[in-house]
Amino acid sequence: MSNLPDRSGVSAALPTPLHSRTGPLCRTSNWRRWSGFLAADSYEPSHHREYHAVRAAAALFDISPLFKYRLTGPGARALADRMLTRDVTRLATGRVLYSPWCDARGKIRDDGTLQRLGEDDYRLTSAQPTLGWITDLARGLDVSVSDESEGTAALALQGPLSWKVLAAAGARAIGSPRYFGLTRAPLGGVETWISRTGYTGDLGYELWMPADGACAVWDTLIEAGRDFGIAPAGLAALDIARIEAALPLVHTDYVPAHEALIGAQRSSPFEMGLGWAVDLDKPAFVGKEALRAETGEPPRWRFCGIAIDWDSLERVFWRAGLPPLLPHGAVRSSAPLFHKSRQVGYASSRTWSPVLKSYIGLAHIEASHGPVGTNLEMQITVEHRPARVGVRVVKTPFFNPRRKRATPA
Amino acid sequence: MSIRGDHDAVIVGGGHNGLVSAAYLARAGLKVLVLERRHLVGGAAVTQEVFPGFRYSVASYVVSLLRPEIIRDLRLPEHGLDILPLESTLTPLPGGDSLARWSDPDQTRREIARWSPRDADAYADFSRCMYKLAWALKPLLSTVPPNPLRPGVRDAKTIRELARAVRGLDEADFERLFKLTTMSAADFLSEWFETGPLIATMSASGIIGTFAGPRTPGTAYVLLHHYLGEIDGVFRAWGFARGGNGAVSESIASAARSLGAEIRTSAPVEQVITSGGRARGVVLEGGEEIGARVVLSGLDPKRTFLQLLDQSDLPGEFVKSIQRFRIRGSSGKVNLALSELPRFTCLAGAGGSLTRTPGEAETLLRGAISISPSVDYLERAYDDAKYGRFSRRPFMDIVIPSMIDPTMAPPGKHVMSVFVQYAPFALDGGWNRVKRDAFGDAVIDTLAEFAPGLRDIILHRQVMTPLDMQQQMGLTEGNIFHGELTLQQLFLFRPVTGWANFRTPVRGYYQCGSGAHPGGGVCGAPGRLAALEVLRDLKVRRGRS
Repeated sequence: MSNLPDRSGVSAALPTPLHSRTGPLCRTSNWRRWSGFLAADSYEPSHHREYHAVRAAAALFDISPLFKYRLTGPGARALADRMLTRDVTRLATGRVLYSPWCDARGKIRDDGTLQRLGEDDYRLTSAQPTLGWITDLARGLDVSVSDESEGTAALALQGPLSWKVLAAAGARAIGSPRYFGLTRAPLGGVETWISRTGYTGDLGYELWMPADGACAVWDTLIEAGRDFGIAPAGLAALDIARIEAALPLVHTDYVPAHEALIGAQRSSPFEMGLGWAVDLDKPAFVGKEALRAETGEPPRWRFCGIAIDWDSLERVFWRAGLPPLLPHGAVRSSAPLFHKSRQVGYASSRTWSPVLKSYIGLAHIEASHGPVGTNLEMQITVEHRPARVGVRVVKTPFFNPRRKRATPA
Repeated sequence: MSIRGDHDAVIVGGGHNGLVSAAYLARAGLKVLVLERRHLVGGAAVTQEVFPGFRYSVASYVVSLLRPEIIRDLRLPEHGLDILPLESTLTPLPGGDSLARWSDPDQTRREIARWSPRDADAYADFSRCMYKLAWALKPLLSTVPPNPLRPGVRDAKTIRELARAVRGLDEADFERLFKLTTMSAADFLSEWFETGPLIATMSASGIIGTFAGPRTPGTAYVLLHHYLGEIDGVFRAWGFARGGNGAVSESIASAARSLGAEIRTSAPVEQVITSGGRARGVVLEGGEEIGARVVLSGLDPKRTFLQLLDQSDLPGEFVKSIQRFRIRGSSGKVNLALSELPRFTCLAGAGGSLTRTPGEAETLLRGAISISPSVDYLERAYDDAKYGRFSRRPFMDIVIPSMIDPTMAPPGKHVMSVFVQYAPFALDGGWNRVKRDAFGDAVIDTLAEFAPGLRDIILHRQVMTPLDMQQQMGLTEGNIFHGELTLQQLFLFRPVTGWANFRTPVRGYYQCGSGAHPGGGVCGAPGRLAALEVLRDLKVRRGRS
């Protein structure tokens, strides 16, 4: 299409390789910018249907703005292992792992997934540009690091019917990859990497393909998905789903260590509930010494799930003569948490969860107030005045269906 | 008489209200047994695969009034309840035009402005007004109606609290509230609007489940009743339960079981056993006797009192009041299995002054479709019913569940749920197979006027007459609300003045169905409130929250 924005140049809002498809569908022009690309916030006036497609049918997200790096060569594995806090050496070909990575102080810079495409061939996704840092880290290793962020487009197909869509689109013969597995199939004539991963906590897949083939894959999925209620979905729906799945969002739930202006803004994996992803037994990785030292002392912060108590919410609004006003979507602004008169933390994300019928949030809480079942108060604004509502620390993920880990047949 | 007295509470009827009662009683630690006549729970809220591969919400088909406190208290989402939004209402019109109301207010305003710019603005005002009234009246739904004849301390407190709730209303709101309780839906709406199809479609909410026409006084209240529902804090939101309305019942049953309640299906109760003016248990068809400290009935008032009890156990005046209780069935249901999506003329771009994009057409097929082109049309449909006929051209409220939850039908195929009014229970000459087929034909013929070619894509058709609903689901006269929702049968008066507090003249016998306050519509409030009253009488704490 000739009237599309130019995909080259230095614009602050470039179209993704899928813009010729997503552009006309975004009837509301409700765009957000994501790493310098245009990303639909919601295609329809409200995000409701897109959200429910994630939980009841199949939703298709354009996630091309993710940064993607290809690590190839005999030293690729060593590089990834040096960078990520998890043990990469046991990652088999055709498998994917999620991991954060830290700075030398043991504070999180970013998090992403590492796909092992072949013997010496890895793809790393990240939320932020990381090429320079990886390249520095690669010194002395026989590895080539290339930025394939723009050359590779990516789609996320998420929801309980996502496999049915994918199967109907041509992946039936190869079968579904297992949870965090990776496979390859031609979709719409385009050779596509399919990983059994996602950012929604549901059954789902992420698809990786050459940018010039992205539209063919999109068209194939939309066509195959017609019978399964497929919906193109935007970031508003994704944001609710990822909070329900208790997946942290960079810049919202944590500040990348290298961008922090003060120490208090940095978080270690332990403080983010990612201790399980730190392998202190592996030889060397960035931040290891600091992280080892951290294990010797009790953690200062915990990253927790909170549920806002409905009755107390209704009460504070009732006092103002109002029905409880729930957020329309995910709220990315911070809300202070109190134990009696003392602030003991803050909620960094929160949302009304339509599938759980509960008002939930992700919060940084001083460790002593972090155990599940602890009652705290959260400060909100009711009719321009501060008010406090009861919250309780609850188990995460808030939403954790069996199908999340399933391998559909 | 020797009976096994090993249950604290026996509940007659495993409809959604009986199940809600069971869950609340079990939660408080009581030993609870639910007895359901059919092989499956849910009563009128059931999903059944009547035709292979196609799942029908056989009778009740949407959700809105289900109380949020019940969803929270019983943790229904953990037990499988998932409510998907119904975001629009489409009214196809003869000649290929249509009126749509969308989830987006600007889109709705433009839509209505095609007929009347004045109405477009009034629509927003009307919605705000109804929102305010719904908010003011909401506490009623969670309140045990006080006894106006012999008010005790608790009744007086209730009356004070309700007065406080409506304090926020101004004079204009009060006047509207009064009008809503007395006027006809069509008259009330005509004070706000001039657009025929808009008035007709909105007034249709006032006649659902009621043996009355849009011009019958009192129907405006039923309109308001439909605004009282809320989903995710939004009043008047309507939704579709993933898996059909049976999924609502099943989630409540699952919650009740997990709290320790026992549910027996294929266990029809013949009678409630009483002695000394007190319920002692029940006897099943076949003679099995089950003892209990209390018995709750989720059946409608006619069955609860006139069928399950020996009438000598009830005061004569009370029996007369129950006999007078109006429970006339007025509606039927047609469920269709379709080989493809129906093609509505108004969405095909042919005819009318508006061409809808394919995207818009698809959106509208995911919402409600209302066959209510004019008030005259609806009133004529009622005229038929008044004289003992089913409507030759009926009012229909349609949803295509497979557009919202694709698992309701095989890929690419669809199910269509058609609520049809009027189908009087008291049909001239009575219902039989021939009349049922003729009724089904009238529905399809009328629908085919708006969606030509419909007949060719029907793979299977299930027609439910009021008699079918009485026989299959135990709804007396097939009344979907267990008694009409007209003012003289609501709140203090539901089902009988002085007995609106879920108790009955028989000690230890309680009413927990839709025939009790606040009425029907898959609301669950009667079940919850009745259980809380039982716990109060048994002096048992409410249980963990």
